[in-house]
Amino acid sequence: MSRHLDIDVAIIGGGLVGSSAALALRGMGFSVALLDKGFCGAQASGVNYGGVRRQGRPREQLPLSQRAHAIWPRLKELIGIDGEFLRSGHLKLARSEAEMAALEAYAEAVADQGLDLELVGHNGLRERFPWIDGSILGASLCAGDGHANPRLVSAAFASAARRAGAHVLENTPVTGLTRNGKGFALEAGEGIGLSARVVINSAGAWADRFATDFGEPVPLSRIYPSMIVTEPLAPVMTVNIGMEGGGIYARQVERGNVVVGGERGLPLDDPDFSRPRGAGALAIMNRTAEIFPALRHAQAIRFWSGTEAAMPDRNPVIGFSGTTPGLLHAFGFTGAGFQIAPGVGEVLAELVRDGRTPTPIDAFSITRFSRPPVPPENHDRTSHGSGAGPHPEPQSRGAST
Amino acid sequence: MSERPQPLIVGAGPAGIRAAEALVAAGLCPLVVDEAPACGGQIYRQRLVQDGRSTKDLYGSEAGKAERLHAAFAALEGRIDYWPQALLWNLRDGVADIAVGGTSRRVAYDGLVLATGATDRVLPVPGWTLPGVFTLGGSQVALKAQGCAIGSRVVFAGSGPLLYLVAWQYMKAGVEVAAVLDAAPASAKLNLIKALPLDPGIVLRGARFVAELRLRGVVIRSGIEGLRFEGEGRVSGVIWREGGRERRLACDGVGYGLALRSETQLADLAGCAFRFNQRDRAWLPVRDAAGRASVAGVYLAGDGAGIAGADAAERAGERAALALLEDRDLAIDKARAVTLEAELARIGKLRDALETAFPFPAHWAETIDDATTLCRCEEITAGSIREAVNRLDISEINRLKAVSRVGMGRCQGRMCSAASAEVLAAATAKPLDAVGRLRAQAPVKPIPLALQLAADLPEAAANLPEAAE
Repeated sequence: MSRHLDIDVAIIGGGLVGSSAALALRGMGFSVALLDKGFCGAQASGVNYGGVRRQGRPREQLPLSQRAHAIWPRLKELIGIDGEFLRSGHLKLARSEAEMAALEAYAEAVADQGLDLELVGHNGLRERFPWIDGSILGASLCAGDGHANPRLVSAAFASAARRAGAHVLENTPVTGLTRNGKGFALEAGEGIGLSARVVINSAGAWADRFATDFGEPVPLSRIYPSMIVTEPLAPVMTVNIGMEGGGIYARQVERGNVVVGGERGLPLDDPDFSRPRGAGALAIMNRTAEIFPALRHAQAIRFWSGTEAAMPDRNPVIGFSGTTPGLLHAFGFTGAGFQIAPGVGEVLAELVRDGRTPTPIDAFSITRFSRPPVPPENHDRTSHGSGAGPHPEPQSRGAST
Repeated sequence: MSERPQPLIVGAGPAGIRAAEALVAAGLCPLVVDEAPACGGQIYRQRLVQDGRSTKDLYGSEAGKAERLHAAFAALEGRIDYWPQALLWNLRDGVADIAVGGTSRRVAYDGLVLATGATDRVLPVPGWTLPGVFTLGGSQVALKAQGCAIGSRVVFAGSGPLLYLVAWQYMKAGVEVAAVLDAAPASAKLNLIKALPLDPGIVLRGARFVAELRLRGVVIRSGIEGLRFEGEGRVSGVIWREGGRERRLACDGVGYGLALRSETQLADLAGCAFRFNQRDRAWLPVRDAAGRASVAGVYLAGDGAGIAGADAAERAGERAALALLEDRDLAIDKARAVTLEAELARIGKLRDALETAFPFPAHWAETIDDATTLCRCEEITAGSIREAVNRLDISEINRLKAVSRVGMGRCQGRMCSAASAEVLAAATAKPLDAVGRLRAQAPVKPIPLALQLAADLPEAAANLPEAAE
C-alpha cells in the first residue's frame, strides 16, 4: 500500500515537543504530518518524572520556561484534559550550609526572571512542611511550579494535534529524508512518501542520526532516568520535592502514589528499552524513607524508565539547522524537557511562520557544537553529600551556570 | 567445586523440587528461593500449623505424590541453600535481587531455573470484588494451609478441572457446597473421551468427584451464563442464567476461577523471548522440549512456563535441570531425558483434550458489563477501558496501561492483564495475540521502601549459605 502526502511541515518524533509544535502549526493554518516510529509520547515525553518547574534551570532557559509556564494552566482548553497538572509549588531541599548557599546564590542570580523564589529556613520548614525530616537545613520554594502526569499529557497533545487536522502517523519510522528543490522528500513506514517544505527534527534520543545526515553531528548521549512508584498513600506531600545537588526528587499524585526519581536505569539489549538497577533503586528508596518519615512503611509497587537524549552542556538543541535551509532541530533536553516542551512547540511554529521568535533561544543553537571546542567545565556537583547516587534531578541543573 | 556461582532455582513447588534434586544428584549445590514458608508449591502447599489433618485429608488422591515430594525436598537439606519466604524481585545480567529476612540480597547465579508456578485466571463478573468471593486457588489455599473454609455455604463457579476438585475438597472437609456452576457447556465434557486413553486416572477421578458431589445433593449446572455475585458488604448470593431463565442461590462464600495463568514476569526480566500460546490464551516464554529458554542459561519448568499441572511440573523440573547439566558438559542419563520428554508430550496432549472439555468462555469479553471492575488495584472498569480504547484509538496493551492505569497497581497486571487484553481485543475486533503483552518491570511484587540492601558483599560472597528459617 503506498500513499503520498504533500504538506507544509513534517515533524519527525511525536513526543511532547513534536506534538505541541504540530498543534501550534495547525493553529496557524499549516498542513502538518507528525511521524513517530512508535507511539506518540511513548519515550522521554511520556516516561519522565512529571516535574513542571522552572526552579533550578540555568538562566538561559528561563525565558522559554516562563513562556511554557503560561501554557500549563491552559491544558484543558488546549488539549482537552488538564493532564493532572497541579500547581503545587516546588521545594528544593538543602542538606548542608553549602547547599543552602547555592540555593541563595541561584535565587539572587535569577531574581529578575519572575520565578518568585522564597527561601525557607529550618524553622520555616518545620512549621510549613513538618513531613520533611529534620535533617534538612532549609529549602527554596517556587510556589508557581508543580507537577503533571507525563503519560497523559504527551499522548493528549498528539491527540489534540490529530483532532486539529494534523496527519499523525504512529508506528511509522522515517527511513529516508533528503533535501530536494523546494523542500524535503521523506520516506516513512510501509510505502509512505511525503513532500514537505519544512522538516522539524524532534526525534529525541534518535535525533542525532537526522542531524548527522545533514552534516551536523552532535555529541548526543542517552540517559535512562528511572522512577519508583509507591502504593497509594494518605496525602502527605504537599509540594513537588527536589534536592540541591541531586539525589532524589519526589511528588505525590492526587491518587496518593508517590513518584520518586533519582535512579538511572541501564539499557536492555534493545537500547530503546531500559530497566532500573536493583541496588540503585533500593538506595533511592531508602533515602526517600529517611527524608519523608511518613513513607517509612510504604511499599514500592512499580518502577518505570525511559530513554532520553542528553547533551554535554545540558542545554537542548533548538532552532534552525546551520547547514540546511528549512530544517529545524529541537532535541537533547537532557532530562529537563517536560516543562518547557509546550513552549518549544510554540517557538518552533513561530520559526516556521516568521523565521524568528521573540523568545531568546540563541544559547540552544546546534552550531555551538561546530565551533572549536572549549575545555569542559567540571559539572560533577553531586560528588559531595548525596548518598543516593550521582544523578542530579531532571528538570533542574542547579545554579552552576 | 568450580568457582562458578551456584545455579538458582526460583520456586519450591513440584518443578523446583525435582530440579533441585537432579542438580544435587550431579554434585551441584543450587540456591532455592521460594516465597512460601514451606516447600510444595500451591498444589502441595503445607499447612501452617499441625492441626490434626492427615496428608490424605489435605491432598486426597494426591497424598502419595505430596508426601514423596516433601520428603524428596527434606532429603536435600544441607546439600542446597534454601531461602523460604524470599521474594526474587529483580533479575538482570546474571544477578538476582532477593528480599529475604528484611534485607535485599544480591545473588550472582550461573544457571537459572524458573519454576514460578501459576495463579488463577480471573475474568471479572459483577460482584467479584465482594468480600467472600475468592478465586478457586485462594479457596484451596485457605483450606489447605490454614484449615479455614471461605464460608459456611459455598458456591463454586467458573470452569476448569480445579472447579470440581475444590468443590469436592470442601465437601470432604464438611463444608456445605451449595452448587457447582460450570461455564462450559455439558456437551464439552464429551471431549473428555479424548483424554481417557491419555490418562484414564485423571478422567475417572474427575468423574468420581462429580458423582460424589451429586450423591450429596450438590447442585451441578453446566453452560451457565450471565454469572454475577450479589450482596451488601459481603456476598450473599449467586445469580446466573440457564436456558434463558435467571436463577439465584443464597450463599456466604464463592470460589470462582477460569483455569490458571502462568507467572511469567521473571522470564520477561531475564530477557526470554515470548510466543503466544492459543491453548492458554497467553504469551509464554519460548522453550524447547527440555525447557531451555531463548536466553542461554535460563530454564523454564512447570506451570510458570505454560499450564500443564503438577505431574508435568515434576517431570519438567527434572528435565530442565538435566538440560542445565548438559549445557555445563556434565554427564546425564540420556535415556531418562528421553523418557521425561515423552511423558511431557503425553501430558501436553492430555491438557489439549482437557482444554476442549473446559473451553474458554468465548463471549465473556464482549458481554461483560461496562460497570464491572476489571482492574481492582486501580479501580478501572470494563467501560472505562472501552472508552479509552475508542477515544484514543488504542490497539496495544502497554499503551492501554499508559492511558487508563489498568495494570499499574499493586498487582502489576498479574491479576488483570488477562482480562484487560481480552476486552481490548474484543473492543478492537482483533485476535488476542495482536494486542501484545504487558512488559514486565521490577519489582515483580511490592517491596518495602525501607528494604535495606544487605551489607555490601562481594558478588561471590553473596552466595554464602544462608541459615534457613
